[in-house]
Order: sequence, then C-alpha cells, then structure tokens
Amino acid sequence: MLKIENLHVAYGGIQALRGISLEVPDGKIVTLIGANGAGKSTTLRTVTGLVKAASGSIQWNGGELLGKSIDRIISEGIAMSPEGRRVFPNLTVLENLKLGAYLRRDKAEIAKDLQWVYALFPRLKERDWQLAGTLSGGEQQMLAVGRALMSRPKLLLMDEPSLGLAPLVVQDIFSIIREINKQGVTILLIEQNANMALKIADLAYVLETGNITMSGTGAELLANDKVKEAYLGKHKS
Amino acid sequence: MVQQKTKKGAVTAFAAAAVFLGFIILLENLSLLLPSVPNVLLPTSQLFSVLKKAAVYSLAAVSMNLLNGFTGLFSLGQAGFMLLGAYTYAILSVPVADREAVYYLYGGSAVNFSFQDMFGALFGSEGAGGALSMTLGVLVALILAGCVAAVFAYLIGLPVLRLKSDYLAIATLGFAEIIKAVFQWQALGPVTNGANMIKSFPTFSSFNVTGEGGKVVLRLSTFFPFLISMICITMICLLINSTYGRAFKAIREDETAAEAMGINLAKHKMLSFCTSAFFAGISGALFAMFVTNAQARVFTTTMTYEILLIVVIGGIGSISGSIIATFLYVACSEWWLRFLDNEVVLSSGMKLPFLRSGFRMVVFSVVVMIVVLFFRKGIMGDRELPDLFKKRAGKEAAGK
Repeated sequence: MLKIENLHVAYGGIQALRGISLEVPDGKIVTLIGANGAGKSTTLRTVTGLVKAASGSIQWNGGELLGKSIDRIISEGIAMSPEGRRVFPNLTVLENLKLGAYLRRDKAEIAKDLQWVYALFPRLKERDWQLAGTLSGGEQQMLAVGRALMSRPKLLLMDEPSLGLAPLVVQDIFSIIREINKQGVTILLIEQNANMALKIADLAYVLETGNITMSGTGAELLANDKVKEAYLGKHKS
Repeated sequence: MVQQKTKKGAVTAFAAAAVFLGFIILLENLSLLLPSVPNVLLPTSQLFSVLKKAAVYSLAAVSMNLLNGFTGLFSLGQAGFMLLGAYTYAILSVPVADREAVYYLYGGSAVNFSFQDMFGALFGSEGAGGALSMTLGVLVALILAGCVAAVFAYLIGLPVLRLKSDYLAIATLGFAEIIKAVFQWQALGPVTNGANMIKSFPTFSSFNVTGEGGKVVLRLSTFFPFLISMICITMICLLINSTYGRAFKAIREDETAAEAMGINLAKHKMLSFCTSAFFAGISGALFAMFVTNAQARVFTTTMTYEILLIVVIGGIGSISGSIIATFLYVACSEWWLRFLDNEVVLSSGMKLPFLRSGFRMVVFSVVVMIVVLFFRKGIMGDRELPDLFKKRAGKEAAGK
C-alpha cells in the first residue's frame, strides 16, 4: 500500500503541492483527477523520486520512499509510464522493453515477463524490430506501459495515458489498464479525461491547485454535482 | 535458438577478423615473398602509412563515437586524452640507456624506468627474450596510457559531466587546451621534456622481425596497430551491445525517461566518459608510435575536429561507419589526392591551372561537403555493417 501524508512540493518559490494526503490500497485502481497545473504529475514524479519533496512522507508498504534514489524506488516495485509516452524513438521496440527491465538481472524471468507483455499487447510483438519512433501514438502508449511493466511492478503509476489519442484507442488503453489491474498490479492513474478515469477507478481523488478537495469511490465522484460541473462538462439542470 | 545464433555470429566475426589480420600480414610481406612487386606494395609506399594511421584513427573515432554517438555527450576533449595516452606511453617506454640523449636539455629524465628494461631484466634483452620484453613492455605501457587518460577523465568528469550539450563541448575543449599547455611547461621538463619531443621509444617498425645483419625477415609493423585497434574496438562493441550500452543509448534518447527506468545518469555518463577516454588514451599512444615521437604540439583542437568529422561522416552512432569513414578520410587526405599538389606542365609549356601545393586540401574540403550533403546522416546512419543484410530479412518477415 502506498500512503502519502501531508506532502509539500515546491518548484523554486511556487508551491505545487500544499500538503496532500492520499492512499493507494493494494490491488486497486486509484485515480487522481484535476485541471492543468493542479499538481497531478508532480505527485507522481515525487513518488518515483524525479522531484524532491519539501516535507511530508510517502510510505510504501511501511517503508519511507522520500530521500531514496530513483533506482532504489524502482527496484522496490514501483514503475512509471511517463506523460507524453517518452519512448526511446531510435531504439527498437524490443530494446525499449528490455530497458524497462534494466534493474533486473534474472534473465529467465525477464523473458517470461516479455511474453506476458506481448500477450497483453500483441501489436508490440508484431513490431518488435521496428524503431519505437515509427510507431503510432497509440502503439507508443502501449509500449510505454509495456516498458513500465517489464520491471514487474507491484504499483504502476500512469501519467495521462490517454493524452493525444483517438477516442477508440483511449478505450483500448483503458481496457488494458483494467486487465493489468486484474492480474494483480495496483494502479495509480492520473487523467484529464475524468469521465473514463472515474469509470474504471475504485478510488478517486480530486486535486485542485495543490490541495485534495474531494475523494470517494469512482462511482460516487461520477455522480457528484461539483465534479460533474468542473470536470465532466455537465451543467446543473 | 537466440543463444546459438549469437554464438555462430561470434565465431563468424572471429574468423573474419583472423582472416583479415592474416591478409594484412600477407599484404605487407608480399615485397619479401615475391621477387618483384608493384611500387604500391613496397614497404615505403603510402599505402602502409595510410593503413597504419587509419588503424590508429579508427580507434580514436570509435572511442569518440561511444561518447558522442551512443551516449549523446558532446565532448571535444579527444585530443587531450590522446595526448595523455601518448605521453604516458612515451615516458614509460624510452629505454633507460637512451634517456640521457632524449632529455639532454634537462640533464636526464626524472623517470629512470621503462617497462622494456623491467621485462628485459626478466627475459633478457637479446634475441627472442628481447623481443618478448619489448612486446610486453609496449602492451603494459599501452594499457597504462589508457588508464591514465581514464583517471583524468574521471577527475574532470566529476564537475564537467553536469553540463549539457554545447557547454560540455566547451568545457572539454578547454580541458584539452589546458593539458596541452601544461605538458609543454618548462617546470615539468624532466618528466615531459618540455616543448621538445620525446622519442627513441619502441614504434610500429620495432615489431618487424629482423634476421641476421638487421635484415627484415617478417614485417609486422602494419599488423600491430590493426591488432590493437581491433581488440579495443571489439571491446567497445561488446560494451555497446551489453545492457550498459542500451542504457547509454537510452540516456542519449531521453534523459528523463532513462532516469525513470532506474538508470543512474551520473554513473553511466561517467562510465561512458572514462571508457571513451581510456581508448582515446590507447589510440594516442598508438599515434605516438606511428609518428615515432610524442609532442604536445600535435594534439591540437584540429585533431579533435578531424576525428569529429570522421565520426560525423561515418554516421553518429555507427561503429562500422566510423571505421569505414576513417579509412576513406585518411586515404583521401593523405594519399589519393596527393597528385593535386604537384604542378603539371604540359608539353606546350603551359601549366595546368589550380594544380599546386595546397590545392589538395581545397578539393578535399569540397569532397567532404559533398559527402555531408548527400549522406545527411553519414555513410552508415546509425546502422552497422551486418544490419545491411539483416534489414532485408526483417522486411521479408514483415511481408509475410
């Protein structure tokens, strides 16, 4: 279980997170929704250690993550599929996936996980020799997720997997997220597409300018008037 | 299945390398085997000088490519590291007996030691024992040359590797210049011989086997640089194809994403920087052997740019590209275009226009520009020689 408590993060003088607290229980899909600049990506980046926190604590299965190096955090079973996909464009699909398993040394297990990722994303198997930069946006997103899965995470952090993708492809991605979750990976999902995210989420938090303003199950928030108005584009009738 | 394939590939590569080295030995010994050979095969021919220099430069180019092409760190310190290698090799290789003559301005050398003499004490300094101690001495000095360059790279890397792109290039360029100045400093004279050259150390022609009366019976002077370069380049290839190599490429492609994969940026950049400097040091030592002296003045920024040009022409991120480009570049600049420097007077007494000393470099620059214009990503792009055959197989598989 991931437990964030009273987390403060600042970029220079700008407060990005003003003491947020949230929980990601094992085996669940948790989503964090909010407008641009609310601090969603900052939260994820702080968990993986890419951004340093000012104060607060991030507990992962009882151990403190803050202050640990990125490779330590990743080898403890947390992986991130970053915003904007960020695959390595001039490397092949296979090389990209192998890089996801960079910190692992068990070859046989890596080969097994590669087959697992290929089973989740048959498209990647068809194209494993292609340069990642030549894939379509949806395929690159699949690759980014597959790459993150190659470290065999217990917790997968996903930063806007639907960014810049066609609605049909977005649906594919979300059904895969659900599938990955069913296979035992806990997911912390950040989305602007609040509608899709809330539908698959077990638990959801709303982030506004660095503060958590609402929380509840996905279904509860979907039905909430304030959320409807602010994030789902539906006016009160 | 895959394992078998790589094993087979390794055997093929090894056999190809052995055949190639055999061919080099045969080529340079043809003049000894046959009663008469064309001029180009005589040991004094430009051909062998070009081959030797290209063998040395290809190692320098590949080591620069490891850093600039594979790790994406734009460094221009190559000549500086080569200088460190050349001086380390030279200082540790001049036989003690010759030191007085080499360092005459400083009344002898501060370092009264050479590996050749050290091994000579073990194996004897005459005949086969002498040859063995010379070879061992050279090899140990070469490795130390690389190590010294790598240690300096580590020390400079600590502050400098925090910089990115252009800034890193400027910082490393500055380092190369400083090193050059320091080695010419009078106060260091007893060690570096000041601005004078260090000579009398074993060179490539020391590897020619001589029979009675000093007559050469087997030439190995071209074989030696090829052998060393090949071993070093093979090591670089193995590094690039390992997980470390993949991490280097990931850093080149996207630092943040690489970091998110758990790749320790500082550690890997340093590893790449030091490895590159190590092999640059060895190539610098080989260069000193090639020109038969070590002198700080020749390791200029121009030398770095020459090597950078080779890397760019060959294709940034392609090892075979760098090697091919080195041979073409060296042959073009030193040999094939030579005739342009000679004035030609026609029978009518008229001189052919343009042909005069220096015109070679004009034509050469034009050739380089044409190559860069038509091969935007260099001769090989980021592919390797075997890929040219493999690609087709991949396409066929996709066609099914």
